[in-house]
Amino acid sequence: MTASTFAAPKAAEAKAPAAKNRRSNREGFKINWWLTALVLAASLTVLLPLYFTVAMALKSPDQIGTGTGLAWPNPMNWENFAAAYVATNFPRAFMSTAFVTVLSVLGSLASSSLVAYAIARNWNHRFFRGSFVYLLSAMFIPFPVIILPLIKQTALLGLDNPAGVVFLHVLGGISFNTLLYIAFVRSIPVELEESARMDGATTWQVFRKIIFPLLAPMNATVGIFAFLGSWNDFLLPQMLIADPALQTLPVVQMLFQGEFNTNYSLAFASYLMAMAPTLVVYILAQRWVLSGVMRGAVK
Amino acid sequence: MTTTSRVAQTAPPAGRKNPTSAAGTVRSKSRIDPTYYWMVVPVLALFAFFITLPALVGVFFSLTNYAGYGDWKFIGLMNYVNIFKDPAVLQSYVFTFMFALTTTVVVNVVALAIALGLNAKIKWRTGIRTVFFIPMVLSALIVSFVFNYLFSNTLPVLAERFGVTPLATSILANENLAWLAIVLVTVWQAAPGATIIYLAGLQSVPSEVYEAADLDGAGSFRQFISLTLPLILGYLVINVILGFKGFLGTYEIIVGLTGGGPGMATQSVAMRIFSGFTGGDYSYQMANAVIYFLITLLISVIQLRLIQRRGVSL
Repeated sequence: MTASTFAAPKAAEAKAPAAKNRRSNREGFKINWWLTALVLAASLTVLLPLYFTVAMALKSPDQIGTGTGLAWPNPMNWENFAAAYVATNFPRAFMSTAFVTVLSVLGSLASSSLVAYAIARNWNHRFFRGSFVYLLSAMFIPFPVIILPLIKQTALLGLDNPAGVVFLHVLGGISFNTLLYIAFVRSIPVELEESARMDGATTWQVFRKIIFPLLAPMNATVGIFAFLGSWNDFLLPQMLIADPALQTLPVVQMLFQGEFNTNYSLAFASYLMAMAPTLVVYILAQRWVLSGVMRGAVK
Repeated sequence: MTTTSRVAQTAPPAGRKNPTSAAGTVRSKSRIDPTYYWMVVPVLALFAFFITLPALVGVFFSLTNYAGYGDWKFIGLMNYVNIFKDPAVLQSYVFTFMFALTTTVVVNVVALAIALGLNAKIKWRTGIRTVFFIPMVLSALIVSFVFNYLFSNTLPVLAERFGVTPLATSILANENLAWLAIVLVTVWQAAPGATIIYLAGLQSVPSEVYEAADLDGAGSFRQFISLTLPLILGYLVINVILGFKGFLGTYEIIVGLTGGGPGMATQSVAMRIFSGFTGGDYSYQMANAVIYFLITLLISVIQLRLIQRRGVSL
């Protein structure tokens, strides 16, 4: 499995080292097996907690007993997932999380690409340059600073629900996302737009038909950050969403933290179900995700 | 109508030619396509309303004795004065800084090591890389719940089995050790992000540099100290400062591991501030938040200075 993924790296960021590697192999450089073993051993620090989570999720309370929890359960107890599904009202929490995540991703893509386009194309204009500086100021305001007044404000407006969380996810990320987009928009030659404008296209049409499609790599980066940030966020949903029935998946897991809760197998099945979506997306699209994140890191 | 829009279409390139002259600015101002304003203004308005306004409201109430409900009156800087006399708040600052400092060091050492490993000539590079970056996509809170069980059940059982008595009780219940567990889980969670930045840095170093060093007979440790480290120093600066600022705001992992306990041993500044919502000391914690903001602002200024001097773009 790993060998085949190594053989065909497609992501742009993986191309360079792979090419280098192939060349050096031909030139007779050897693969460093000692280092490979060391790195593999180190990767256990990541895999072990994951294995542990899966093993715990498949145990019956008896199998957990007073052991370490590291042994693989035999027989496996699949009912935990069904029980956790019911106990946390999984479908409702899932829908709530999906609602917040999908709208946050779409909102982040649309708002920051538009703002970045307008600012980058009117950079010599005081208003747009000022807007840029103003939006960047959010990068210096940590969330704990605004959270208390924000809770009151959203409650007053009737936004103490997932919709309010969407607004804040989009606006909280807009500085960073705009920053990413602006650098990219600048690299798109204005001449591309001019010919379309000659043909009578409006600024909206130019943006929608020419600019936005060209932004695709940055859209992937911004989309991935927004997806992970939104899906996994705990702070804002916990603080803002007043109705427990509308809570998102991470917050719902607090259910198992009560003093008297000892049903760990149920809890771990529920943790696993909450972690699964991002994990599956990551494993399936890992080249995409990593090259996208890499692009964000280099900027 | 049609003429103005046609003029507007030529505005961007025309304005570009004289970005500095005052006349150019005035001219471009009158020619800008109103569409551009429509793209920016709604977002600016929402941003001002949801981010700037709460910040200002917070500063305002930090000067009052507002409890979160009922009447209030101005009390000047009394909240700020009281904060400096409050051992609980001071303790949270001491803990938060110590935690952030330790975590920053450990995260960067670990991340740099992983990045070097992933950048070297190893087998199954893509597969191993996939594994190392998994923590990045998981919820910090849920990860902390998993580690919570490992620390409070698995580790004590193992310690007893191997006769390591100091670890036979949960380290999360130990006032002096609980923060180490928080450092460990934070490193687990935050190392991949830093690793990516280091990988970007390592890949920006041209391979000719190493070939030259090889010819000169420099060993790999010498190459790392004299070549790699200086060349990726900018990335290190970014990682250290971004990390430190982020770790100062740590919250979820503490909630998942200790809840701020035992006692108040692991209560971070952010947790203190959030307690203002239910604790009846709303204005007091707002003053705390303002102080916290000023500290992070100071760090950001240092960050910008360092980055400008190093010529690193971010």
